[in-house]
Amino acid sequence: MKVVLRNPRREVDVAGNRRVKEVLKDLDILPESVLVIRGDDLVTADQMLREDDVIELRPVMSGGLL
Amino acid sequence: MKCRKCGAAAALELRRHNAAFCAQDFLDFFRNQVREAIRRHKMFTRDERVLVAVSGGKDSLALWDVLLDDGYDTTGLYLDLGIFDYSAESRAKCEAFAAARSARLVISRVADEVGAPVPVIKEVTRRPPCSGCGLSKRYLMNRAALERGMQVVATGHNLDDEAATLFGSVMHWQTDALPRQSPALPSTHPKLVRRVKPLYRLSERETAAYAFLRRIDYIVEECPFARGATSIAHKEILNRMEEASPGAKHNFLFGFLEKARPVFERAEGVVLQECVRCGQVTTGTVCAFCKLSDQVKRAAGTGAAAPDR
Repeated sequence: MKVVLRNPRREVDVAGNRRVKEVLKDLDILPESVLVIRGDDLVTADQMLREDDVIELRPVMSGGLL
Repeated sequence: MKCRKCGAAAALELRRHNAAFCAQDFLDFFRNQVREAIRRHKMFTRDERVLVAVSGGKDSLALWDVLLDDGYDTTGLYLDLGIFDYSAESRAKCEAFAAARSARLVISRVADEVGAPVPVIKEVTRRPPCSGCGLSKRYLMNRAALERGMQVVATGHNLDDEAATLFGSVMHWQTDALPRQSPALPSTHPKLVRRVKPLYRLSERETAAYAFLRRIDYIVEECPFARGATSIAHKEILNRMEEASPGAKHNFLFGFLEKARPVFERAEGVVLQECVRCGQVTTGTVCAFCKLSDQVKRAAGTGAAAPDR
């Protein structure tokens, strides 16, 4: 599957059918720090992703002095 | 994973609540959390005019969206920081959001008010860029509300923002900062408007999910000057703790608000007076904003200020 990451924008290929939480773990990304987006939907950590899926891991963190 | 309310497929898991929701029930949950914040802290009423500080990011636009939907009398305030393409894009997001909802939006340029945009302020002051930027934003938000006769400024600070700020204050035992950390700061001077944070009960993942599910077009890229900011390092630490112990951030912040903050509230308040230069509220003779503006203008006069790109 194709995984789109942001800040900076880049793409990573992940082989095989995998659960969301496994993909996040492989990429060393905390579930709390991203939204997992497939098309127009949000995907929960237990869902299975298919080889031909394209998912976006959108960071949710904003920063600076608030 | 199933929605706790309707049993349909879940869109978002909230581990700290030991729950998951479908998109529609999550949106209801989110709105109810904002309503509870407003009610619990008496943030504002439907008779009051609320100035909503918007940055083009997920939090402030999600907040404005909820308040507009709930029928509050709001005006958006966008402060143009002059941070190159980032400011141009975030301003466009705010303008598009307001236009689509026929909402009022006021735009103020930091460069017009301080004498230079944030990148120049950063060079002149040699302070972390977020420092001069935050100071300018707080000052200009208050003044914009006062000038328009508005009683309250609402900002999009979320649970993660508040927990990270608290973490930073505790790490350095900034005991003077602790009483000032609150979801609602009352007006303590005729020239100081009430400041409220209706999203303090919601994590930034939840505000991002709300913005996504509502199809709000917000700026995902972070401010270029926020990279390496201490507040982001603190958020990452807190997220590690949250991963190991869901609810850690919530317990840290809410435990402070309920149990510790009252202890740190000073018996005698700080004496507030009006700045001899601009008339806005300060604890000294000349306010920090006027001092910053002086510094920027002096540097501009000597040609010392040139922003890095």
